[in-house]
Amino acid sequence: MNQYEVTFIVDPVLSGEEIKATAQTYVDHLKNEGCEIVHFDEMGLRQLAYPINRRTSGVYFCIEFQMNGNNAIPTAELALRRDERIIRFLTVKLDKYGVKYNEDKRNGLIGTVKKKKKKEDKRDGRRDNRRDNRRDDRRRQDSPKPEAPKAEAPKAEAPKAEVKKEEEE
Amino acid sequence: MANKDDIKFLSNPKIGQKRQKYCRFRKYGIKYIDYKDPDFLMQFVNEQGKILPRRITGNSLKYQRKVATAVKRARHLSMLPYVTDLLK
Repeated sequence: MNQYEVTFIVDPVLSGEEIKATAQTYVDHLKNEGCEIVHFDEMGLRQLAYPINRRTSGVYFCIEFQMNGNNAIPTAELALRRDERIIRFLTVKLDKYGVKYNEDKRNGLIGTVKKKKKKEDKRDGRRDNRRDNRRDDRRRQDSPKPEAPKAEAPKAEAPKAEVKKEEEE
Repeated sequence: MANKDDIKFLSNPKIGQKRQKYCRFRKYGIKYIDYKDPDFLMQFVNEQGKILPRRITGNSLKYQRKVATAVKRARHLSMLPYVTDLLK
């Protein structure tokens, strides 16, 4: 049993019912070919990244299905290619990680986890930088000391200080 | 005289250091890269929509290949542009 995924874009000019009907025809088509539909996902109207046939938006659908062999795919792709209502399509065979990923995504595990990680990373970075800057600013403001030792000090003692800071961290 | 504590912050010790690169897929245990998630793939693409090299993203070879295929699939489905300017 292999698992596959067909993603296709339907012309948004059609009415809502027609769009759904077109998507449904391909679900039925795959069922007739003896495939097991795992999931049918309507990803909704999205802006295209570049115009295709003078369309700037499209309705995305994704059908995930299982089957033995690959008899159904050529016929399904031929039908998709002939259909004028379909702007683009892509068929992909899923590996075991892909299957698992899609399952997790359906259960709502994926999106949140990834986003959280991203945000946390960014925040941490920013916070640290800000703190450092503040510290530096405060030190500079608090200690307006004679200039001569300041100019000398960094040259002479900066390397040592750097080493010290690394140790602390 | 300036104390040693003051001197410590006169020069930023972090400036010259290289940040350690790592493969985020290895680190966080991400096994599959979804081509239907353009927001995620944006991280591996520069302003013109070109795929960033490994020396910048730090991905391991295995996952860099997967990123590349995912980006190319996303482009085919018009989720990412082939060519642009000012993508970010």
